[in-house]
Amino acid sequence: MKIDHSLPLEYSTKQNGLNIFGFWVFLAAEIMLFATLFTSYFTLEHRVGGGPSGTEIFEITPVLMETLILLTSSFTIGLGVHAMRIGNKKAMTAFFVITLLLGLGFLGLEIDEFITYIHEGATLQTSAFTAILMLTLGTHGAHVTFGLFWGSAILMQLKKRGLTKETANKSFIFSLYWHFLDVVWIFIFSFIYLKGMM
Amino acid sequence: MEFLERFAVPNPSLAIYASMVAIGLTLIAIIAGLTYFKKWGYLWREWLTTVDHKRIGIMYLISALIMLFRGGVDAIMMRAQLAVPDNKLLDAQHYNEIFTTHGVIMLIFMAMPFIFAFMNFLVPLQIGARDVAFPRLNALSFWLFFFGAMLFNISFVVGGSPDAGWTSYFPLAGNEFSPSVGTNYYMIAIQISGLGSLMTGINMITTILKMRAPGMTLMKMPMFTWATLVTNLIIVTVFPVLTVALVMGTMDRLFGTNFFSSTNGGMDMLWANLFWVWGHPEVYILILPAFGLYSEIISTFAGRNLYGYKSMVASMVIISGLSCVVWAHHFFTMGQGALANSFFSITTMMISVPTGVKIFNWLFTMWRGKIRFTVPMLYSIGFIPLFVLGGVTGVMLAMSAADYQYHNTMFLVAHFHNTIIPGVVFAMLAGLTFYWPKMFGFMLNERIGKWTFWLLTVGFCLAFLPMYVTGLDGQARRMYTYSAAAGFSTLNMVSFVGAMIMAVGFVLIVYNVYHSVRYAPRNIGADPWDARSLEWATHTPVPEYNFAVQPHVASSQAFWDAKKNGHVLFPGKVEKIHMPNNSGVPFIMSAIFFVWGFSMIFSLWIPAIISTIAIFACMAHRSFEKDHGRYISVAEIEETETKLRGAN
Repeated sequence: MKIDHSLPLEYSTKQNGLNIFGFWVFLAAEIMLFATLFTSYFTLEHRVGGGPSGTEIFEITPVLMETLILLTSSFTIGLGVHAMRIGNKKAMTAFFVITLLLGLGFLGLEIDEFITYIHEGATLQTSAFTAILMLTLGTHGAHVTFGLFWGSAILMQLKKRGLTKETANKSFIFSLYWHFLDVVWIFIFSFIYLKGMM
Repeated sequence: MEFLERFAVPNPSLAIYASMVAIGLTLIAIIAGLTYFKKWGYLWREWLTTVDHKRIGIMYLISALIMLFRGGVDAIMMRAQLAVPDNKLLDAQHYNEIFTTHGVIMLIFMAMPFIFAFMNFLVPLQIGARDVAFPRLNALSFWLFFFGAMLFNISFVVGGSPDAGWTSYFPLAGNEFSPSVGTNYYMIAIQISGLGSLMTGINMITTILKMRAPGMTLMKMPMFTWATLVTNLIIVTVFPVLTVALVMGTMDRLFGTNFFSSTNGGMDMLWANLFWVWGHPEVYILILPAFGLYSEIISTFAGRNLYGYKSMVASMVIISGLSCVVWAHHFFTMGQGALANSFFSITTMMISVPTGVKIFNWLFTMWRGKIRFTVPMLYSIGFIPLFVLGGVTGVMLAMSAADYQYHNTMFLVAHFHNTIIPGVVFAMLAGLTFYWPKMFGFMLNERIGKWTFWLLTVGFCLAFLPMYVTGLDGQARRMYTYSAAAGFSTLNMVSFVGAMIMAVGFVLIVYNVYHSVRYAPRNIGADPWDARSLEWATHTPVPEYNFAVQPHVASSQAFWDAKKNGHVLFPGKVEKIHMPNNSGVPFIMSAIFFVWGFSMIFSLWIPAIISTIAIFACMAHRSFEKDHGRYISVAEIEETETKLRGAN
């Protein structure tokens, strides 16, 4: 593999460039996936059957905390990629670890939120509204969960193999994924929670 | 015993028991044959673990042909049932199952792999690349498709086929009206192979945009590559919609949610909309690569540059955009109101404009050309008038007011077969004949091929044109029988005869392969058709690295320029080539997906959880694996090149 030193490490080989481009295309598909979920959500939002509506079950405090935590994690992974660019492996590792811990915190809050909903009588089977709410949130949550495992795998490789053109490439792609989940969450926060609470 | 009862077929018949025996015997024969000829190792090393785009293409092709025959048998059974009034050959339930599996198999497990076969085999060759961007992912795409297809096919003998139509509309497809596991098969098997299609989409877009040979700008790509690019953009856009719809459908059936139910706020029309948001672009996913193949074939056998290259590209891009805003024309009668219907009516009619542009471009390409009437060219010429007929009836259907008369009649069935058979199937057979020598090193017999073409064309006209008439007279689609008083008898018998003639045509294709394997000459050279684009510039059979020296391109007909106008195609010298390693993981991972799918279908939660973990374990393995590929040395390349030149 030819290495081009004029480019950052994560772009330095042909295959690295392909991987990043391919991942952007994958993110386009993910946008369509979430767009479909949002469209379905707007369609089914008010079809609550005999169950509760969004206004009745949404609470601002946990949602706001989830939002703050996830937005901070997007910032820390950005710092991590910056540390990677200047070749500071130690700082990079630290920022990635913080990012994953924040992700874990987010996930804990979201699971707690789901448990609350179920106790309030909004289960998966209650109505079309609860089903699409849980599917949309659940799809995002499943992505975060997958990201936690994926990020941990990359951290292990980073520790064992050092900052190479492969690990840099993987870390950069992972950061794209993580930022994307953040963007999706902003839409969830605005158009599911805030709109639902109005 | 209670555990085993769930795997029983709910409505067994002699045909199903016969298929069980046939499937069992075929499996035993394959296993025994592989063992007797000691081919297990060869199969594993050369095919099951391959990441070579050419071999993956050939495996797609073989799968597509097998599925063509499975779907074809369904078709024959339907036509036989309808051949005479009040027929008792099939009962209503079996007829439902057969038209459902016919539709799903022909579209998703026949036409899709057929276009993927050509995309995989041709695109890297046409753009002068070594392989696709992600060879390992490509293998995973194929095996996901393959195991999805196998999962769908065993529904016939394990647990019962889906019976809610290939559109699987809710609430019919819900648990209340479709209590057997059949529709679970539909949801899960299509999901698995759909994941494969999405990965192919990502792979092809990256390959085409990032790996073209030096000098090949976007507007100098061969037309099939353009078609592939546009098609895969549609795939990446709409397959996620299908993914979500199938997840919702699966949850409704397995977990009792209320997305599409009639109670608790569920909305059945949401399924219809999501399904067609994917489903209509899907037909363009099938037809655009077919258009690409026709473009290659027509310009080759007319001996002329493709007329109107830019307008060809522009019309494909316009078609791809419009294809995403026409979906509601599939259910004009389902009450979305005059405004919505008018919108979708107009967008649908607009699609005929870029399509018409393409038709005229092909005609102008042939105009004053020296046309050679080879088998691929016959299909291409036959395609034009037949497809125009299908297009015109499509415009009739697009008029929402008039659609109330045509909706759900045989007129519609005639229309979409009239576009799909001359459009897609003819293109696939033309492409098969055209690229066969590049794939296998010998040509298919032209005489048998011409017989096939005429049988298929005549058979097609007899089988489907009468349906326009019976449809306008009121024969509904998906009805398993009719009374003699309805007056449909004669025309349905004509259809049956047509279907039988087509069947003879398809059997002749198999005979043609057999005959050509035995008798066709092998010394055909690398360019037997005197063709124009890069895929013909390398040897036959194509070496694994495709091109020893990377080609340089100055026009969309680089190889033709090299032959006729002194363009230097290979200016560099041989260097060592980096190639990806084979891997068994895509095959194993997809096989685990099969187990996962089967467990989900039958609600076997413990194996479902174990196989889910196993799938993630495969992904983790890939993440931790150190695989830097391998190099083919200059000496090896030169040895291969000398050998291949000698063979020619």
